[in-house]
Amino acid sequence: MTRPAPDPATDPATDPGPTAADGDDTSFPLARTCPFTPPDDYAGMRERADLTRARIPSGKRPWLVTRHEDVRAALSHPAASSDARNPAFPALGDGEQVVAAELRPFIRMDPPDHTLVRRMLVGEFTVRRVRAMRPAIEAVCAEQVEYLLSRPAPADLVADYANRVSTTVICRLLGVPLEDLEFFRRITSISGSRDSTEEEVGAALGELFGLIDRLIDDKAKDPRDDLISRLATGPLARGEITRHSLLSQIGITLNAGHETSRNMIPLAALALLEHPEQLELLREDPQLWPGAVDELLRYLSVADVITLRVATEDIPLSSGTIPAGDGYIALLGAANHDPGAFPEPGRLDVRRTQRNHVAFGYGTHQCVGQNLGRLEIEIALRTLFDRVPTLRSELALADLPARSSSAIFGLDEVPVSW
Amino acid sequence: MVSRPVTALRLETDPDTCAGAGQCVRAAPDLFDQDDDGLVVLLRAHVPPEARERALTAADWCPSGAVTAHDPS
Ligand code: HEM
Ligand code: SF4
Repeated sequence: MTRPAPDPATDPATDPGPTAADGDDTSFPLARTCPFTPPDDYAGMRERADLTRARIPSGKRPWLVTRHEDVRAALSHPAASSDARNPAFPALGDGEQVVAAELRPFIRMDPPDHTLVRRMLVGEFTVRRVRAMRPAIEAVCAEQVEYLLSRPAPADLVADYANRVSTTVICRLLGVPLEDLEFFRRITSISGSRDSTEEEVGAALGELFGLIDRLIDDKAKDPRDDLISRLATGPLARGEITRHSLLSQIGITLNAGHETSRNMIPLAALALLEHPEQLELLREDPQLWPGAVDELLRYLSVADVITLRVATEDIPLSSGTIPAGDGYIALLGAANHDPGAFPEPGRLDVRRTQRNHVAFGYGTHQCVGQNLGRLEIEIALRTLFDRVPTLRSELALADLPARSSSAIFGLDEVPVSW
Repeated sequence: MVSRPVTALRLETDPDTCAGAGQCVRAAPDLFDQDDDGLVVLLRAHVPPEARERALTAADWCPSGAVTAHDPS
């Protein structure tokens, strides 16, 4: 946990920024010192009397919102816009902005367009619907943990377990057939890897959209009990959504539902291995699991920098006003580690009863798949620790390679033995 | 908190602003449900004192302001 923070750019003395006027800006995103906790510099930003201005790779200078109450206010304010077509939208890379503006996934839309798409999907993720998925998810995790154990140790908790669980669960939900699962895994490993070139990512996304396009046709003709079938025979058939938009909406759901769990499961497992007394509490009282998952979501805050917005009117916050027209990033990890909201925020405490964390965001875009995400993480961890009680990490935390380029924090590889 | 008299509450929900992620159902399954389209269904508008805390939690967790708590009247 003692890797030095590689963020010399936050020191104006060593990095004056591209222009003198930018000298006080914080170069963003910041790297984590410890893979478990959001960047240390968030603490100073939360305590400042005013908002921090960031400089992101695209050269834009969005405001950073860090206090728990401010993050909630900034995400639920009616003037919070997620529309990536706005030039002020603070996508961390230019490529991301172009793709989002062109594909218009609903995560980057405003009402009323957003509401229309979201309403088509929320029925798939109700508390009741997700509860009914438990046996299926248990079966998936039981199968994948045997796969992990069949690998020669050290095996990779990411590729040999978490990724297999998350791709299988999301593909089942959407109705991606088993025979396309390996194809989906291959494409997402290219599109999600920092070693891929822009062309490779473009080609991979093209292949993914080709697959979804084919599935929409197949399921319109021969509908099954799955999400793509229901959208193809419902809203698409009735002309309530265009095919272009439907492709994007299925694409974002596949991606958002896969990468988050894929990253959360190994990190959460490591966090529990690093805090054996917490794992012991869970072994003694399995009823603590659902609360532990929320605590791990808060503590790890993997979607920290996903919440990009533009203020369409002035947005007043306790730490200052975001002026109309400016971009901002509501830092979920900073809010989740605000000592004003969570006593001793740096402590992993599976018995913490407070659940008002913002790991799934806040406001009308709050994660539509959160009930599924919680259940999937819980079952994946329980199955892992029940079946592999001697599980241990092969590398020190500081030596684990982080996925630096991704919008969702995660580790590239987590070698484990048992 | 402990010594303050615990009183009843009146809940209101607004399906038009509901974002459908079911935070209210998680907070208080006896007070809220979701319909097949995922939108909030209020099971009990008049909240007895013993369910007051759960009702307030639901109003706090609801990300879209679709759950509001009021004094009974
Ligand atoms: C497991 C951990 C997960 C985390 C930490 C997480 C986090 C988030 C966050 C923070 C947002 C809000 C983004 C914003 O406000 O701009 C979001 C939105 C979204 N998430 Fe998740 N998510 C998770 C799992 C899932 C799963 C399992 C699915 C799908 C099956 C999913 C699908 C989505 C979609 C489609 C959106 C866009 C919703 C909208 O804009 O209305 N997520 N997620
Ligand atoms: S918590 Fe709010 S947004 Fe979510 S289902 Fe309940 S009323 Fe709707």
